[in-house]
Amino acid sequence: MFSTFLCILRRDITLAMRRRTDILTTLFFFVIVASLFPLGVGSEKEVLRFLGPGVVWVAALLASMLALERLFASDFADGTLEQMLLTPQPLSVLVLGKICAHWLLTGLPLVLIAPLIGLQYGLEGTQLLVMVMALLVGTPVLSLVGSIGAALTLGLRGGGILLSLLVLPLYIPVLVYGSGAVTVSAIDLADVQPFMALLGAFLILALAFSPLATAAALRISVE
Amino acid sequence: MMEFLSQGGYAFYVWSCYGLGIVLITVEITALRRRQRTIVAQLGRLKRMREAEVSHEG
Amino acid sequence: MKFHWLHFSSPATFYGLAGRMIPWFFALALVTGVVALYWGFFQTPDQLGGSNPQKEYYRIIFVHVGSAWMSMWLYLVLAAWSAFGLVFNTRLSYMMAVSVAPTGALFTALALFTGSFWGKPSWGTWWDWDPRLTSELILFFLYIGYIALHSAIDDARRADRASALIAIVGLVCVPIIFWSINCPDPNQCAALHQRSSMGSIDGNILFAMLALTFSFWMYAFATSFMRVRSIILEREAGTTWVNEQLELEAKR
Repeated sequence: MFSTFLCILRRDITLAMRRRTDILTTLFFFVIVASLFPLGVGSEKEVLRFLGPGVVWVAALLASMLALERLFASDFADGTLEQMLLTPQPLSVLVLGKICAHWLLTGLPLVLIAPLIGLQYGLEGTQLLVMVMALLVGTPVLSLVGSIGAALTLGLRGGGILLSLLVLPLYIPVLVYGSGAVTVSAIDLADVQPFMALLGAFLILALAFSPLATAAALRISVE
Repeated sequence: MMEFLSQGGYAFYVWSCYGLGIVLITVEITALRRRQRTIVAQLGRLKRMREAEVSHEG
Repeated sequence: MKFHWLHFSSPATFYGLAGRMIPWFFALALVTGVVALYWGFFQTPDQLGGSNPQKEYYRIIFVHVGSAWMSMWLYLVLAAWSAFGLVFNTRLSYMMAVSVAPTGALFTALALFTGSFWGKPSWGTWWDWDPRLTSELILFFLYIGYIALHSAIDDARRADRASALIAIVGLVCVPIIFWSINCPDPNQCAALHQRSSMGSIDGNILFAMLALTFSFWMYAFATSFMRVRSIILEREAGTTWVNEQLELEAKR
């Protein structure tokens, strides 16, 4: 079962590496959205430091949601997805492999570039560290939960905008606690722990249930 | 009566809430009735068309 | 005749049953609604006491609480029918889920609007990111997402099952979402927790509130039955029983 997982993971990463621009577009979307805010709200240091955690998280939310559209789209278009549904391996493991690959390609770069954005917003050392940690735990949840929506809106006209309508409300807990952790870390680092614990709990829950739900959604959409 | 309508000076707030409730309910019921009438009329038309075809052939 | 409860799970039989029940539900809704409004406006005090008195505007409470309760209850009903449909694969359950959704969204919108109109005189602002108001807004988004997904898919079977799945996913996430809104800082949840108990509400007010909620509930039955009848006809167009039914209705 683990080998199936690895096989899908390796396949998806290889495929994506042949089209690197797709990864970069997500990343630059994140950077651009985060850079627009200071232009909109003014560049006062205090305001930016106050807004920073929330803005970074909202930008991460939007970026990972936009990337979701491509999660199953190409496999659906060339018929690979139908073959996957027919394999004897459990579909949820295949799905988990695809989600992991997707996160490594779109989520991880975002986590890595986030400190730069944080610096633009005047966040300090420990805050940056907490932000990276929170994003590291939080963005996989976004990919996992989002994959359900991606599977349900597969091949629909206007799928992208519909996907956002379905998925964004479900992202709220991650947004609340993710940006909360960064905000609180400016005051007292010890207060961060429950936030991280909650994010971790979300990750475990999402890991356990969302591949199953996504597999069910794929069967509904493709059959 | 006027005293009741003015709701202690909060008439605007109180009556717009109840007013909106009534408007929404009326709109929903009207829309539902229209939907049912449309589908019944549509099905009736289809049926008449089919019958006309059959009698034409026969 | 042997009676079986699944008898009514066939759209053909349920169509007739729903048609006969709609007037009764409307009548119940009307009667309890009138009673509730009479009680709410004439049998209740003009002001709520306490250190921070609520003036006459508190009478928004009847429509506000009623619609807010119904908005949450109808989402539960929607998710229950969806789950029922996915488990037993009965077409009627999906149709019921689909027909409950717009009424639920309507009550959510009404609860939001009245909440805002209550907020203005009592808090001095039209919108406050109060946890309850925000939760209601999120619930509204969930309804909209469900309706949008269902209407975006042309194939009825896929639409039914896909939107049923999103309804259940939404229901699973709702407690977590509401919790995160209620308590954005896990370090001080206990202190923030707000609670209102039924016992502390004036009996007359409580009666009017419950009566109007009941009236809304009956109304929701009536409208979702109306909607499900239309959906049944749209889906089953061309079948023999629909043609017979139409002939019956034409004669009347």
